[in-house]
Amino acid sequence: MSHSIQVKALNSFISQKVNNISPSGIRKFFDLLSSVEGVISLGIGEPDFITPWHIREAAIYSMEKGYTMYTSNYGLLQLRQELAKYLKLHYELNYHPEHEILITVGTSEGLDLALRAILNPDDEVIIPDPCYVAYVPDIILAGGVPISIPTCKENDFVISASDIEPRITKQTRAILIGYPSNPTGAVMPHEELLKIAKLAQKYNLLVISDEIYARLVYGIEHTCFASLPGMKEQTILLGGFSKAYAMTGWRIGYVVANQELIEAMTKIHQYTMLCAPITAQMAAIEALKNGEREIERMRKEYDGRRRLMVKRLNDIGLSCFEPKGAFYTFPSIEITGMSSEEFAEKLLLEEKVAVVPGSAFGQYGEGFLRCCYATSLANIEEALAKMGRFVKKYKK
Amino acid sequence: MEQIFEILEQNARATPEQIATMVGMPVSEVEKIIKQAEEDKTIIKYKTTIDWAKLGKGEVWALIEVKVTPQRDVGFDIIAERIYQFPQVYSAYLVSGAYDLAVLVRAKNMQEISSFVTEKLAPLEQVQSTVTHFLLKRYKENGEILQLPKEVGRLPITP
Ligand SMILES: Cc1ncc(COP(=O)(O)O)c(C=O)c1O
Repeated sequence: MSHSIQVKALNSFISQKVNNISPSGIRKFFDLLSSVEGVISLGIGEPDFITPWHIREAAIYSMEKGYTMYTSNYGLLQLRQELAKYLKLHYELNYHPEHEILITVGTSEGLDLALRAILNPDDEVIIPDPCYVAYVPDIILAGGVPISIPTCKENDFVISASDIEPRITKQTRAILIGYPSNPTGAVMPHEELLKIAKLAQKYNLLVISDEIYARLVYGIEHTCFASLPGMKEQTILLGGFSKAYAMTGWRIGYVVANQELIEAMTKIHQYTMLCAPITAQMAAIEALKNGEREIERMRKEYDGRRRLMVKRLNDIGLSCFEPKGAFYTFPSIEITGMSSEEFAEKLLLEEKVAVVPGSAFGQYGEGFLRCCYATSLANIEEALAKMGRFVKKYKK
Repeated sequence: MEQIFEILEQNARATPEQIATMVGMPVSEVEKIIKQAEEDKTIIKYKTTIDWAKLGKGEVWALIEVKVTPQRDVGFDIIAERIYQFPQVYSAYLVSGAYDLAVLVRAKNMQEISSFVTEKLAPLEQVQSTVTHFLLKRYKENGEILQLPKEVGRLPITP
């Protein structure tokens, strides 16, 4: 028996690299979920709003006008110009629209391009743990080695420079951070970012900063990593339209970096993607030009739901720090003594509430759940009432 | 503080406790603000938006443009008051442009609207002319879309 399995593995058409990547913890859970009906889901990683009408309307109009062709590899110049204006307005950053901005198929593509453009085999990339599900596999696929830095609840899931420094080696190429964070909702204090910037300078490292949730912060100002002193040259800034503008299905994002890096990333982009879809680019132009009012409306809504969910979680005994960004809470399930997968699975089967086990985001996500508040108040109240009943039953 | 009213405007059934949590204020403070607002009529009334068509209730609505002669000292207010006191009048506005008062009328049938216009409204001394537009279909009311398309679902779990 074991002999035949081995032969099969040897003959597999799948590359070792891909074989070595474990399937996403979220995917596994998804399969279980489809077998249960009438589920209230707090497991969603996207807005519950649909794209604001003015953006959809602009895209429809562009199609009617016949804008259905390829664009420049870099993306429409008008979109890059709008982005340059946006970065100047929000962060006082001056990027050249023709040489320093690349429009990508979502932030996802931007992340892949950045890693592939900078990594030689076995180069190391430092990441926080827990972190967004794509970071580890994307680093591996690009031939690199992910180096996880534990972050913890006591420290509000902030990655600290003093934890990073001892892990820097000759092989370290970059630090990849994503704040506001998926899954924790954590944001980085300005002083900590400054310390990381100092490290990057001291050891000549690139910082890849995934700022897709930059506009979804509550009661604080977002700091763009590239705007820190001296960091513009050493930062690859990843951004996108999915979250703040509720445009997940459009698949549109951008990378901002110095000309040399953008050239390198464009080389990969032009042969693998050619360009981002023109309709999504047209929509993104409208989003940047006239989207502020809608962003603020949605942000305000999220803020109210955020406070409500954090309070309810703490009330039922799942202790939760106050997340100041994105649309996730990351409560601890310590009082139940269960593993996060066990908790999520039992909760789904017994109470029909879906959450994502923290372990899907890394070893240090174990003992936590990701609960998303991009859902209606009624759903939040009902889900939390059910979770309260569940916790009461299983509390140690 | 404004936030409290924004939440209530969207959902009159939000409890003081929910609102207090959402805006980050003590419950007692929120209760006080709401009570005060109810007393000074900042909050005029709590109502429900109902799609009557779903209940099969036949109703007739009409938007009536009214041109009037304003009166010395009181302008349009007195004549507006005479008109909006009628129970058939659902909303009444003074507007700029080709006519003066925009009056939205709600009635059981066409007959009721027609007698309202011919017997009550048109004969008023200050009313110069009226133009009646019957509503054919209600799409959106008080900021709410009435016939929402079927919701397109998100996947239950996404990264
Ligand atoms: C931290 C983070 N980065 C990137 C992405 C991917 O975004 P996009 O839709 O722009 O590819 C997500 C989406 O969930 C995310 O949470």
